[in-house]
Amino acid sequence: MHGYVSDEIAGKAYDSRLMRRLLQYLAPYKIQVVFSLLLLLLISLLQLVGPYLTKIAIDRYISHGISSGLNRIALLFFFVLLVAFILRFLQTYIMEWVGQRIMHDLRMNIFSHMQQLPLSFFDQNPVGRLMTRVTTDVQVLNELFSSGVVTIFGDIFTLAGIILVLFIMNWKLSLVTLSVVPLLFYATLLFRKKVRSSFRLIRKRIARINAFLQENISGMWVVQLFSQEAKKFRQFAHINWQYCQAYLKTIFYYALFFPAVEFISALAIAMIIWYGGSQVLGATLSLGALVAFIQYAERFFYPIRDLSEKYNILQSAMAASERIFNILDLAVDESYQQVPRQLPPLKGKVEFRNVWFAYQGEEWVLEDISFTVNKGEKVAIVGATGAGKTSIINLLTRFYQKNRGRILIDGIDIEELDAGWLRSQIGLIMQDVFLFSGSVEENLRLGNLELGQARLEELSRYVHLDQFISQFPRGYQTDVRERGSILSAGQKQLLAFARALARNPQLLILDEATSNIDPQTELLIQEALLKLMDGRTSIIIAHRLSTIQNADKIIVIHKGKIREMGTHEELLAQKQIYYMLYQIQYKDQKRLAPLPLATGNPSTNPASEKRKKKEDSK
Amino acid sequence: MILKELSPLFSYLSKHKKGIAVGCVWLILTNCFVLSLPWVLKYAIDGLKGGINSRALSFYASLILAVSLVAGVFRFLMRRGLIGISRKIEYDLRNDFFRHLQRLSPSYFNRTPTGDLMSRATNDLDAVRMLLGPGLLNLFNTIIISITAVSLMIYIDPWLSLYSLIPLPFLSLIINRMGKELYWRFERVQAHYSRLSAQVQENFAGIRVVKAYGQESDQIKRFRRSNLEFVSKNMSLVKIWGFFLPLMLLFSGMGMLIVLWLGGKAVIVNRITLGEFVAFNGYLIMLVWPITALGWVLNLFQRGATSMGRISQILQQKPDISNASHPIRVTSLRGEIELRNVIFAYEENSEPVLKGISLKIPPGSTLAIVGPTGSGKSTLVNLIPRLYDPTGGSLLIDGTDIRRIPLKILRRHIGYVPQEGFLFSDTIRENIALGKISFKEDEVMAAASASQILEDINHFPRKFLTQTGERGITLSGGQKQRVGLARALIANPRILILDDPFSQVDTSTEEAIWKSIREKTAGSTKILVTHRISSVRDADRIIVLSGGKIVEEGTHKELLARKGTYAELYRKQLIRQELEEL
Ligand SMILES: Nc1ncnc2c1ncn2[C@@H]1O[C@H](COP(=O)(O)OP(=O)(O)OP(=O)(O)O)[C@@H](O)[C@H]1O
Ligand SMILES: Nc1ncnc2c1ncn2[C@@H]1O[C@H](COP(=O)(O)OP(=O)(O)OP(=O)(O)O)[C@@H](O)[C@H]1O
Ligand SMILES: [Mg+2]
Ligand SMILES: [Mg+2]
Repeated sequence: MHGYVSDEIAGKAYDSRLMRRLLQYLAPYKIQVVFSLLLLLLISLLQLVGPYLTKIAIDRYISHGISSGLNRIALLFFFVLLVAFILRFLQTYIMEWVGQRIMHDLRMNIFSHMQQLPLSFFDQNPVGRLMTRVTTDVQVLNELFSSGVVTIFGDIFTLAGIILVLFIMNWKLSLVTLSVVPLLFYATLLFRKKVRSSFRLIRKRIARINAFLQENISGMWVVQLFSQEAKKFRQFAHINWQYCQAYLKTIFYYALFFPAVEFISALAIAMIIWYGGSQVLGATLSLGALVAFIQYAERFFYPIRDLSEKYNILQSAMAASERIFNILDLAVDESYQQVPRQLPPLKGKVEFRNVWFAYQGEEWVLEDISFTVNKGEKVAIVGATGAGKTSIINLLTRFYQKNRGRILIDGIDIEELDAGWLRSQIGLIMQDVFLFSGSVEENLRLGNLELGQARLEELSRYVHLDQFISQFPRGYQTDVRERGSILSAGQKQLLAFARALARNPQLLILDEATSNIDPQTELLIQEALLKLMDGRTSIIIAHRLSTIQNADKIIVIHKGKIREMGTHEELLAQKQIYYMLYQIQYKDQKRLAPLPLATGNPSTNPASEKRKKKEDSK
Repeated sequence: MILKELSPLFSYLSKHKKGIAVGCVWLILTNCFVLSLPWVLKYAIDGLKGGINSRALSFYASLILAVSLVAGVFRFLMRRGLIGISRKIEYDLRNDFFRHLQRLSPSYFNRTPTGDLMSRATNDLDAVRMLLGPGLLNLFNTIIISITAVSLMIYIDPWLSLYSLIPLPFLSLIINRMGKELYWRFERVQAHYSRLSAQVQENFAGIRVVKAYGQESDQIKRFRRSNLEFVSKNMSLVKIWGFFLPLMLLFSGMGMLIVLWLGGKAVIVNRITLGEFVAFNGYLIMLVWPITALGWVLNLFQRGATSMGRISQILQQKPDISNASHPIRVTSLRGEIELRNVIFAYEENSEPVLKGISLKIPPGSTLAIVGPTGSGKSTLVNLIPRLYDPTGGSLLIDGTDIRRIPLKILRRHIGYVPQEGFLFSDTIRENIALGKISFKEDEVMAAASASQILEDINHFPRKFLTQTGERGITLSGGQKQRVGLARALIANPRILILDDPFSQVDTSTEEAIWKSIREKTAGSTKILVTHRISSVRDADRIIVLSGGKIVEEGTHKELLARKGTYAELYRKQLIRQELEEL
């Protein structure tokens, strides 16, 4: 089972492994990357031309007073600049494109992977935190790919080029100049040790901010209702401050590192002046060469400064990718790994055999559950709240993995079935209705494009949703907003009902599907169901006993165990839990029941007659 | 356009006036020292030409070291100061953003996707921060370096300087044109990022439905679509800003070219010395980085302005429910509620949901509201804690207009159990305690026991410290509902509003809860919305709401005698019960 994905990550030096894994994302764009590297090579070469032209100009023309040569050099220089400009733009564009594509790929990877993670994972990880992985964490990698990786290569090219030129010009002076490099390495190492943990901290804390925001924005009205704004604000300010703090810490080291690199570069220049100067005095070096040397040295430190600047990007990219790969490394729900077994459409026989289940460890929520639902039967599950009714459904739909026992559908263990196929055969109405933002129609269809408009309208009529939809100015195209917020609780349930029926399921599961619906409408829906579900299996969970009266079988769950099972009459006769629940619900009416009543079956009650007439007249 | 969007930032900046001033001093000092380096170089090279001794040479070398050391110290101070301030402003801004959200009413959040707000608070804020930190810093830097470098260059040779600055006007022209385009394109990118966030947020929040309905591949397909669009929006941005850096480099290169060409000629005709020429070149090289940085800074500014605009959009949103300008002074409420011809519509010009409700609830009495789905029951009770304000008519509590009662006082006296509860991913204890500003342990306990959740809680291994998961995902439906109930009961409110509070609870628990509520809140005004007729009977008054109007009202007996909607509802339940008896 999946736990909470920890935000703490061991601070081991596995950067290179992470990096290698990140670089794998470059693979599909090999051609572009290679091309862009070539461009960079050219650009670095062109960059070297400037100072060299200066050297030639000084040594050959200026000191000899030849101004016509100067014109030629200027023209050459102009040409070089223009080409560099075009190449640079091309290079940026290509690399940005690659970076964007890679981020796209990463986002797709994470998103798709998340779809297949088991629900227990989502139980423990707030949505806001998970969102961070797909959005901000990926965004951090943007710089790495678009400007980082390749410019790092570019910088390295430039460095190599400069070193080469320096050695050709004067190898002794070059050695002196480059003697500062070990110092640089040392500074970088020190810096890296200090900041790496901060960058991880930053990623972790932004995720916390996101999680807090997502929860508090969706629950803002509750906070307001209970006047807890001040307290929530304090909490927010605290995590916000922690985030700020994590940054302030990096700023300190960062502010130190950058001047340090500058100082080291100044050291190099000082050495050139000192050593090179004495060579000039000893006439073993031309003055022009010295000037060029200084210019090259300055250019040598540009990319290094650049690299140290990039170091920031690299570190935060590492921290972000660590978090991303943590998600990608989670094993997907086993139910997605099955080879789909080709089956005839589900018939609808359900069997639980000695099933035990716990969400955590040995906290049994279901103990030794055994029952059978035959094809075409209507079975009700009742029991006190928290008894484990919903948990039974969670197992049947393979949302969670049972611990012991077997669950069979049409005689086949559900673990041998593809979860997607299984769920596609079931019409499930969950206790907590969730609607997507988007039109009523989209919510009814949920990807089911074959469904005709006529059928949609027919279904909405069955569940009495049509009257509400027709009131909306845009009808079926009305946007129901996030979580269906423009609908009343009952309307949402009706929509969820229609949505489940739209799949024409062989097995219908209603988990408190009508709890927020008035009894009158409920009755009408039940009649419609009777017709729709003829010959099909349904499992109904309800607290309102009126909802389940005409079930073929009633299962009474108490504290995770099956305590009673049988028809309504049988259970009443037993005079135990069911009898007690029944008494409470109807005692008032018994006490009062004075009215003379119409006899007959439910389909002849006045409401349904009215309904029939309406339908006939259409 | 940039300035207009950025103007809200000035007040944040002025809060750190002193820090910024000090930082600027460091910045200037840093640059003074950095800029004196080429000067030293010039002397060294001119000296070499004139044949100085090696002692002077080591003097120059150590001078270079000393100068850059001091510059480094100042640079450190400057970076730490100024970048630190940008982080603090980010902190302030994010706090203010959240504080403002807290003032907005539910109708605002109904309209605005959560993911959108989230991305403004993080992604857009990040762009603003970049502007404030590296953006401003580099801008100052650029300005200072340019001014000093240019004036030194002018000092060396005015004509040469003028030549080298020829490309500048062209540059500013091009940048101006591109800047505007950049602004709009970035706006589109950010808007799409919001959409992407909202999509992800919704998918994760609804993962159960996604799985139950096998929507995984469909969702992936949708996500891919907007993901690809995001890529193309970004690329359209790149087309503009990808030009910036190369352009800057081109123009600074042009400056160098002019100096090499014309400056070289000046040396030939002996107008300047070779050393001056080299120093001049040095200054120009120094200008390369700031000018290149200018391209980058401009990019940051445009982005920051766009994002600040998006944040301001939220900050400028007027809270539509807030304290009146002249609130009355009350500290406690009796709990008398009166509605006078209340009309309410969720959106302007749409058909009202409540169409003229008049009603008087005496303090301490119990009102039950029944009626078909969508008839406006929840809407009606939402008006009492002012989640929404009526569009017409008036609502009075204790005889005063509800808008004149301070919001805090009003809400503190109301216990509300919403139809669709909301738990925070926190412990059960914290969730219950949310109902009261300060609380004692035994109050939490008492509230839990009154709502019949205590036994369940004691069953959990971590008792009251059990984590509920987001929205209470790890609790059963009825457990969630009862935690919500306990939250409303803990403060012992004067007005208790129960919107279908037992819908997920079995009848025997329901009865026990109802009993303890009546004991615990004997003197409070209670409003109960329900579909279960059995719990309505004892109410002092029952109203039947249908289509946003009160169609019947009275006591249980009166309503039965009237043989109207209520009686029929009641009869229908009887029919079924009687059927069973057959
Ligand atoms: N995702 C989960 N993680 C951990 N524990 C859970 C989870 N879902 C439910 N539980 C626990 O399992 C027990 C049974 O819950 P279940 O939802 O099956 O009850 P139920 O019979 O459906 O109750 P209700 O009628 O209130 O909906 C409860 O004690 C609940 O706290
Ligand atoms: N936020 C909203 N924006 C727009 N319309 C809304 C909003 N909330 C509710 N409505 C509409 O107002 C009407 C009344 O809704 P309300 O929630 O008050 O019904 P209700 O009587 O509580 O129903 P139920 O019994 O299903 O809870 C419904 O038609 C609904 O579509
Ligand atoms: Mg349940
Ligand atoms: Mg309602």
